[in-house]
Amino acid sequence: MTIELLIALIPALPLVGFLFAVFVGPRLDHVPTHATHGGPEGPTDTGHGEPAAHSASHGAGPIVDDADYRSVPTEEEQRATSPHHGHADDLANAEGAQGVIPHEYDDGLGQSGHVTPGAPRPRYRSWIVPTVLVGLSWLASMVVFASVIFGGNEHEVVIYEWIASGDFHIEIGFIVDALTAMLLLVVSTVGLLVHVYSIGYMDGDRGFWRFFAYLNLFMFSMLLLILGDNFLMLYVGWEAVGLCSYALIGFWYKKPSAAGAAKKAFIVNRVGDFGFGLGIMMIWVNLGTLSFRETFETIGTLDEGTITVIALLLFAGAVGKSAQFPLHVWLPDAMEGPTPVSALIHAATMVNAGVYLVARANPIFAEAPTAMWVVASIGVFTAVFAAAIALTQNDIKKVLAYSTVSQLAYMFFALGIGAWTAAIFHLVSHGFFKGLLFMGSGSVIPGAGGEQDMRYMGNLRGPMRWTYITMVIGSLALAGIPIFAGFFSKDEILAEAFNRGYLLFYVVGVIVAFMTAFYTFRMIFMTFWGPWRGPRQAYRHIHESAPTMVAPLLILAVPTILAGLFLGIPPEGGAIHGWLGEVFHDSEEAGILPGSILSHGHEGFQLFGIGGLLLLIGAAAGIGGLLLAYRWYVQRPESAARFVERVPFGMGPGMYRASVNRYYVDDLYELVWARGGVLVSNALWWFDSRVIDGAVNGAGWVARRVGGGLRKLQTGRVENYGLGIAAGLAIVLFVYATVVR
Amino acid sequence: MPTLEGYLVVSALLFGIGAFGFMARRNAILMLISIELMFNAVNLSLVAFNAFVPNDSNTGAVFGLMIMAVAAAEVTVGLALVIAIIRTRQTAEVDQYSDLRE
Repeated sequence: MTIELLIALIPALPLVGFLFAVFVGPRLDHVPTHATHGGPEGPTDTGHGEPAAHSASHGAGPIVDDADYRSVPTEEEQRATSPHHGHADDLANAEGAQGVIPHEYDDGLGQSGHVTPGAPRPRYRSWIVPTVLVGLSWLASMVVFASVIFGGNEHEVVIYEWIASGDFHIEIGFIVDALTAMLLLVVSTVGLLVHVYSIGYMDGDRGFWRFFAYLNLFMFSMLLLILGDNFLMLYVGWEAVGLCSYALIGFWYKKPSAAGAAKKAFIVNRVGDFGFGLGIMMIWVNLGTLSFRETFETIGTLDEGTITVIALLLFAGAVGKSAQFPLHVWLPDAMEGPTPVSALIHAATMVNAGVYLVARANPIFAEAPTAMWVVASIGVFTAVFAAAIALTQNDIKKVLAYSTVSQLAYMFFALGIGAWTAAIFHLVSHGFFKGLLFMGSGSVIPGAGGEQDMRYMGNLRGPMRWTYITMVIGSLALAGIPIFAGFFSKDEILAEAFNRGYLLFYVVGVIVAFMTAFYTFRMIFMTFWGPWRGPRQAYRHIHESAPTMVAPLLILAVPTILAGLFLGIPPEGGAIHGWLGEVFHDSEEAGILPGSILSHGHEGFQLFGIGGLLLLIGAAAGIGGLLLAYRWYVQRPESAARFVERVPFGMGPGMYRASVNRYYVDDLYELVWARGGVLVSNALWWFDSRVIDGAVNGAGWVARRVGGGLRKLQTGRVENYGLGIAAGLAIVLFVYATVVR
Repeated sequence: MPTLEGYLVVSALLFGIGAFGFMARRNAILMLISIELMFNAVNLSLVAFNAFVPNDSNTGAVFGLMIMAVAAAEVTVGLALVIAIIRTRQTAEVDQYSDLRE
């Protein structure tokens, strides 16, 4: 089997899995519905108040009709109703874990382990083929990865010519260099593990086969995105992952918040994608090619202004896809989707596409210093901005979502200063540990009875030991504690910032590292430590998740611990530099400020020199944040509130409110774009109905009135007509006599 | 020897009488007769021109003959219509024929 065939198989296998899941999947699952097992409320319903009404509403009607497409209640649905109606009451009323599911959603099938006793167990087989195919795709990816990274090869495969129209030639072609290989490693591995994880997580859901179909379609699209050898294929994959993201965020589409979040993600992404599309068109117009190789070879012939515009337009797409300020608002809302989706798409793979795009287009950015500045500035700002929001969020998934925004911003910060390799290093390690953290949160939430608010958690480390251990490992990596993956990759970005002369950015980066460590361990301590703050009865129902969910956590913990050691030692010169060196070779000099350390020639990392000192500062920031979180959330739980009061000038409460409310960006967008959009639409509607329609109706009105006036001439009296003829004749003769002659 | 002007004056008088009759009369038959008067006025002027203006082909006379043929056809149709209308409406007064008014 040739390597070319393997490369082509990598995206093809998930596509087959998608088709299989769509056409065969529905027949493989057997999910009992109400109609079949009847009396769902049964003995567990005694404490709920209106069992008769609920049974009545369940017994017949629309729910049974579309039972095949109805998603089962989950912790997200639970949350959708609980914060405002007082989830504590829901839990207090509960006789068992089933009780956490709101009545209106309760059809006897809950999240894993919550199936009503006595009801027939659902039986699922639709996961088998898609998961096996993704597994095979993973195997192929690993072979290709090894061939590229360890064999030093670079593969290009052309499947066939897709578009040939005049000068416009687009091939379906794949390119696998070291950069693609690194992405393959993350996408395939996390993708496969998320498939395995979803078997346990989606248990009890009627949309099981649909979920796997979307996941496989996503894998296909994402692999197409990273394997494509031209901008158009990248764009196709780019849009396709956006579509899958939309479908999966809105997977529980009967829940209004999920449907809304899906639309928000899609629309916000459209803003960035529009810029991306324009950028691709500009490349075509100016260079007459879209293939990466030819584009990068000839980009230097353009003037700097054009290159800057192209780079900024491409970056606009990256800002949307990777959720950077000001288009970051969709990612936290995307947490409405099932948690495996958050882990796969919104943490480990799709959101990295923006980073990949900028890294892939490094020859373009290297020629446009202004664009590099923009990338770095937006990166640094978003990093600190998102971290400042994550500090105060109480929803465990929202903390991780803002953390993702912040970490992606770190990568853009690195790209903007020309630290390409460091950015990809951070992408890889972040892909692993953030995937781990999201899957961990997906294990915590149903395990803790569907609660997502960390204020009502606590003391989960006993009943959920494996989730706890793996999440701590992921958190240590995210916080940048030494030896874990995040430490090396983050430190490399900071060291590059320092060496390249971006001192202000460096300082901000260290502060962000401190904040990251703080909010990460705030999450850990609030979730797993301290007393249980939820309803008393619920605690005994807390349980570890299914083995298919815990196993991926354990597997992901391995690269989370080891990736940094393998790839990042020695700092600023680890193995990953050797692998990616060729990809970024011509762009390494970009972004080095005059007068910086690197501008004098780099003498390499010295443990007892500046390098070691930077390493120490990075470690101190991480450990400092961890210790502060320990003091505030374990030792003295009241001290956080006291700190807020002690902020000078009484700004503390205001700052806290602003952070909790995400600095009002969402509200501002709501006001400007949503409300403003309605206002503008109303104005346009008024213009349309009054001016446009008015003109049309006015034309008809005029014609009618003129006709009405003229019809009076039609008297029906022949002599009048005769008079008219005679008068006409007289006029003609008169004119003839006086004028013509 | 009568002059061209004499014929034209007679022709103009005939036309004037016809036009006046067409507009002043209410009776459909009389209006048709008035139209015939106008035709004949035109015919008279044509043959007068033919006689007094030098030419070789007698165009005016030919035109006169043509107009007589057309007038005969027209009056046949017109009279038939008028008779039919008079039969159905029981009147020859054209003011009563105003069904198509606005």
